[in-house]
Amino acid sequence: MEQEIERTVILGNKVGLHARPAAIFVQQAQGFESQITLSKNDKTANGKSILSLLTLGAEQGDQVTLKAIGADAQAAIDKLASLLEAEPG
Amino acid sequence: MTITTIRGIAASPGIAAGPIFRYEVGKVTAERHHVADVQHEIAYLDAALQQAKAEIHTLFLQTQKDIGSNEAAVFEAHELFLDDPELLQQVHTTIQMQSVNAAYAWQQATAQYSAQLRALSDEYLAARAADMEDVAQRVLRILQGIDTPISKLVEPAVIVATELTPSEATHFPKEKVLAFCTATGSATSHVAILAKALGIPAITGLGNEVHQLRNGMQVVVDGTTGEVLLEPDAQTLTAYQQRSEMLMQIQQDALQLAQEPAMTRDGMHVRIVANIAGPEQAVEALTCGAEGVGLLRTEFLFLEREAAPDEDEQVAVYRSVLETMEARPVVVRTFDIGGDKPAPYLDMPAEMNPFLGVRGIRLALAKPDIFQTQLRALLRAGVGHTLKLMFPMVASSEEIRAIREHLQQAAATLATRDLSYTEQIEVGIMIELPAAALMADMLVELVDFFSIGTNDLAQYTLAADRTNPAVVELADALHPAVLRLIRMVIEAAHAHGKWVGLCGELAGDPLAIPVLLGLGLDEFSITPRSVPLVKQVLRSYSMHDAREIARQALALENADEVRTYLLSAKR
Repeated sequence: MEQEIERTVILGNKVGLHARPAAIFVQQAQGFESQITLSKNDKTANGKSILSLLTLGAEQGDQVTLKAIGADAQAAIDKLASLLEAEPG
Repeated sequence: MTITTIRGIAASPGIAAGPIFRYEVGKVTAERHHVADVQHEIAYLDAALQQAKAEIHTLFLQTQKDIGSNEAAVFEAHELFLDDPELLQQVHTTIQMQSVNAAYAWQQATAQYSAQLRALSDEYLAARAADMEDVAQRVLRILQGIDTPISKLVEPAVIVATELTPSEATHFPKEKVLAFCTATGSATSHVAILAKALGIPAITGLGNEVHQLRNGMQVVVDGTTGEVLLEPDAQTLTAYQQRSEMLMQIQQDALQLAQEPAMTRDGMHVRIVANIAGPEQAVEALTCGAEGVGLLRTEFLFLEREAAPDEDEQVAVYRSVLETMEARPVVVRTFDIGGDKPAPYLDMPAEMNPFLGVRGIRLALAKPDIFQTQLRALLRAGVGHTLKLMFPMVASSEEIRAIREHLQQAAATLATRDLSYTEQIEVGIMIELPAAALMADMLVELVDFFSIGTNDLAQYTLAADRTNPAVVELADALHPAVLRLIRMVIEAAHAHGKWVGLCGELAGDPLAIPVLLGLGLDEFSITPRSVPLVKQVLRSYSMHDAREIARQALALENADEVRTYLLSAKR
């Protein structure tokens, strides 16, 4: 059953390359069937595209809206939201 | 005689002297052509992308082997660029809608993304535009059939370039590079990171001045001050060479003394071991003079992957560390993960308070299969070595009993599979929770040793999140509350003839060392690079003095008073 689920999160980690969270996020997002998007203010990025994510320019502390549309939307949101909120270990 | 000096950003410390090797690579551009067979063009692009991916993967493996996983990670991101669905869709659409050549379509799309990245206000992300361009150029070269210029580097030289992409910097044979100097870049550029990993000087951000650095010119590069001296006279050159030799000598001396055991002034030997997170660091630990491993973190095996590592994979990694350390003791901590760490296959529900949630031993006991696999792998790998196990975040005796049952079960399984495993193994727990410290006198009867994790102990005792800038200063391990708990733990252990190690940052803090020594700590476990320094500090105290310092420190009221006192008592 297709669902559309949205959640607003505060970014705990910088979405950057050396720090790897962007790559991890994309790799995880690509594992879900659902369409995944991440929005900051009025810009929306495709969660499965690393370039899209990087150009969103989301920084630590920013509020972003994560959206998933598809059969596994709930699982996707739960997993990806916690990745975004995670602080550097 | 004044020597021309130019200045840039000090990106990696050290001094080098030698001839310049100017490295310039022309940027490849593509011209727009009309193509009739659009499908062929798309297939051609896809083939080029596959080749680019293969090249980058080779670079990734090479860098991982030569430098390390962190530096190699940038190439993994490059591979992700090549898989990016938005980028690919844009290029395919351009080829199809405009009937143009793949090279042109690719150039347009990647240029757009570079520009978008550069326009970002975050400096770090904007610098990633250089990564995008590196990947874009690689694919363009393949599409246009242009080879990268072969490096004509014959003798060791100072590499000078306007810009060096990660691929380019990595391509130079390490033995031939004395230093890196670039016109662009910052203290965090890839060149800086690479140079630091190689232990050579680097200067970035030289700007237009870089034009004064001509091929073959003799220079001195001082990566500590960010200066390049052009064609220094013999006297200056000698002076710099002497400085360079002196720096190397100081480092060598420290390392040599580091190989000696640390004895206090009144002749007591204190065991200094290392905190490591992987096999490469085991080698570094020995070079720095560690007498063993006081903490082998195993999270690296479990994080950032699709599924838990299997038994054989783990055995290989543990054996690698144990073999490097030979007969020296190696304490391995079983996986210490919580909901805040990326291990999606563990399928843990999100928690409001991951630090107070299911983590450490709680998680291990909740995932018995994964726990059993790790235990079996450890028991197998430990044969013929001095392996000790320790368990994180233990609060109570039931947990220790559950651990013992798990160990028995793991051994029994191995016995039925007719595999050899080590039966004699010391079992200890991390003391990170106040509850464990307060119950140490009872818990000690169930284990062979304690290892105090002061980072978390301070955090939990003072209720201050060390990742929260507003309260991080409150989580001070030198607070008397924490010191009292440390004393309690050591006294309880010694009353039962058992030993105590400490693997938190406190063990490497020169201020704290006499206190810990005076309280009777048996083992200091620190990051490899700190081993020489900690040994030196220990050598400057006698047990008698250390006991007095500890006694006075523990009579104080708060962290500030303790620090002030310790600063005055410092040698």
